[in-house]
Amino acid sequence: MKLHSYLFAAVLFSGCLNVGAAGMAKIEGGSYRPLYLKKDTPLIPVKSFQLDKTPITNAEFSRFVQKHPQWQRGKVGVRHAEAQYLSHWVKQGNAYVPKAADANKPVVNVSWFAAHAYCVAQGKRLPTIDEWEYVGQASALQKNGTNEASYNRTILDWYADGGRSGLRDVGKGKANFYGVHDMHGMIWEWTEDFNSSLLNGGSNSDLYCGGGSNNATDPSNYVAFMRFGIRTSLKAPFVLKNLGFRCAK
Amino acid sequence: MKMRTLAALIASTFVFAACSQPQPAPSDSAKTASAPAQTVAVDNTPAADLPVIDAVMTYAPEAPPPVNRDHAARVKVKIEVAEKVMKIADGVEYKFWTFGGQVPGQMIRVREGDIVDVEFANRSDSTVPHNIDFHAATGPGGGAEASFTAPGHVSNFSFKALQPGLYIYHCATAPVGMHIANGMYGLILVEPKEGLPKVDREYYVVQGDFYTKGKYGEAGLQPFDMEKAIKEQPDYVVFNGSVGSIAGENALKANVGETVRLFVGNGGPNLVSSFHVIGEIFDKVYVEGGDLINKNVQTTLVPAGGAAIVEMKIDVPGTYNLVDHSIFRTFNKGALGQIKAEGAEDKDIFSGKITEGVYQSEGGAIQTAPLTASETAKVEAGTPKAGSKEERVKAGEVVYKANCLACHGVEGKGVEGAFPPLAESDYLNADHKRGIQAVVKGLSGEITVNGKKYNSVMPALSLNDEEVANVLTYVLNTFGNKGGEVKPEDVAAARK
Repeated sequence: MKLHSYLFAAVLFSGCLNVGAAGMAKIEGGSYRPLYLKKDTPLIPVKSFQLDKTPITNAEFSRFVQKHPQWQRGKVGVRHAEAQYLSHWVKQGNAYVPKAADANKPVVNVSWFAAHAYCVAQGKRLPTIDEWEYVGQASALQKNGTNEASYNRTILDWYADGGRSGLRDVGKGKANFYGVHDMHGMIWEWTEDFNSSLLNGGSNSDLYCGGGSNNATDPSNYVAFMRFGIRTSLKAPFVLKNLGFRCAK
Repeated sequence: MKMRTLAALIASTFVFAACSQPQPAPSDSAKTASAPAQTVAVDNTPAADLPVIDAVMTYAPEAPPPVNRDHAARVKVKIEVAEKVMKIADGVEYKFWTFGGQVPGQMIRVREGDIVDVEFANRSDSTVPHNIDFHAATGPGGGAEASFTAPGHVSNFSFKALQPGLYIYHCATAPVGMHIANGMYGLILVEPKEGLPKVDREYYVVQGDFYTKGKYGEAGLQPFDMEKAIKEQPDYVVFNGSVGSIAGENALKANVGETVRLFVGNGGPNLVSSFHVIGEIFDKVYVEGGDLINKNVQTTLVPAGGAAIVEMKIDVPGTYNLVDHSIFRTFNKGALGQIKAEGAEDKDIFSGKITEGVYQSEGGAIQTAPLTASETAKVEAGTPKAGSKEERVKAGEVVYKANCLACHGVEGKGVEGAFPPLAESDYLNADHKRGIQAVVKGLSGEITVNGKKYNSVMPALSLNDEEVANVLTYVLNTFGNKGGEVKPEDVAAARK
């Protein structure tokens, strides 16, 4: 980053701190067991952090692009975003903006680099896989709702639905235990270390073997597997119609 | 960045040691007399110098034409994954995940020694990544990792078709079961170098099991039900992706005298198919799609993730039903296809339809007839003994309506040319024993009733002595017949 961007980010940071914090949920630290660990393995610790209550919207991302025109559609190099970057935005004058109807829908068609830059500009960062999965385990009622039938049903129904419902305005659904919305049921989300779920089982990725020996009768494994599946299929410049992000700090 | 190592869940390297060995020549039994005598050129062409051709790919039930080449080639195969809603049964829709927009995916036909260049595209409106595992490939995952593709992206990889056979390809992205359950499978045929013997017709049929929230036939868009899938309790078992896909108007066609070859696959995800064609015997089965040929087979097993090639010569015209002979799947879950064959009758081989009755189509519903306690007691007590001729007639009427009415009619008039009349029947009145014989042992061959010839078949009826006595007494005392009584002991005597 150039020097003035640093200054800019600093100004932005102090200016947005309260607003940002207001839109974030405090997540108390703890530990969780990812899908691929057997029942008797130690849990993975997660430190306390904050997470945006909703995914970043088109309107929010548009304000970011206005301040950081290097992230405008057409300006970003192919190494940082594929050609379809922000392809759902429309031309206005000599810039691109989201359609009015999409203002409060989650921004999609953004690369990891763009998502990362956005969060940094807010004085935040992308959540790690562990942080995301830890919060993703929460149901409306408890920190770990993965054993509730309705929790798994909701997620599985979304996967079965296959995105037919399309994108909706963020924050409309029921919040989870932490007050966080839309963790499931609308989009996939970038994580800081998405490409470290390298499933290294010798010559074969275990991912291709389904929820094999690890208590495969538990459907929650399936939903977690699908998230690991999408993450391992991504590269940082990729943009997808159903992939957005939120920030953490 | 952290590097994670996952605990191995399944060791999935099923790479046989034999895969890298040269294949022994097929045994003589694998070469039929009808096989064209060909000299097979030895292929030493480097892969880079092979001619490049586009694969001819077909949607089920069509099969691609024979390869008809005496040299290896690089065969370009393009597959696009699409997640789309389609009909699974009348009034029922399902969100299928497809190779090429249909279930099964397109059939591919190559030749042993060919290099298959796969271009694997995942549409941008897909929700999840997908990939493909070719059972015809030898190499890690059958191409699963090499083809792993996020939505809106495309991957390329190639494999050499080292061994001939009929092979399933399927999606192998986690959760694998779910991808397969949604319809992601198809067949690739690797012809042996000399090709397959020529036949008149070839068709492409793949069985699959589907798991929906609603019961069989429940209308609307049905979501996938993971729990049923894990319990292996499908609501639908179908050929080519939907109920009726190759039945009725969509039936496969053939003519008498033709040999039909079916490329049969089973995508699963769970069930093993007992593949059978009603009214035909497979002259040849390439067992499990490999080199072993079995002959004169009634039913062949097609494993989940496996295939078989079956061949049959059609001798007489008619409709031949393709079924999974694990038969409730056929009558209650949709596993029914048809071959409709036209041509000249051959009465020596099959006499054709002689009789026709009312057939109550079973439909998909579970049929039970619950009994009350008193009814159960009655069942255990057996048929009540009639005390008088009047009682016998009354009881006989019930038996008649349940067992005889469909053919012989409400008034016992029968159907001219098919079912002899029981009304004012000279045949029956002249000798009651003939009636008893007809009921307990059945009756076939030519008889004359009231001056008219009938040449048909009456099946033996599994009624007890009391019931036979009752129904015959009823017939003798109704329909303008001359009266009389048949007793259970008469029936018992006639059975000897």
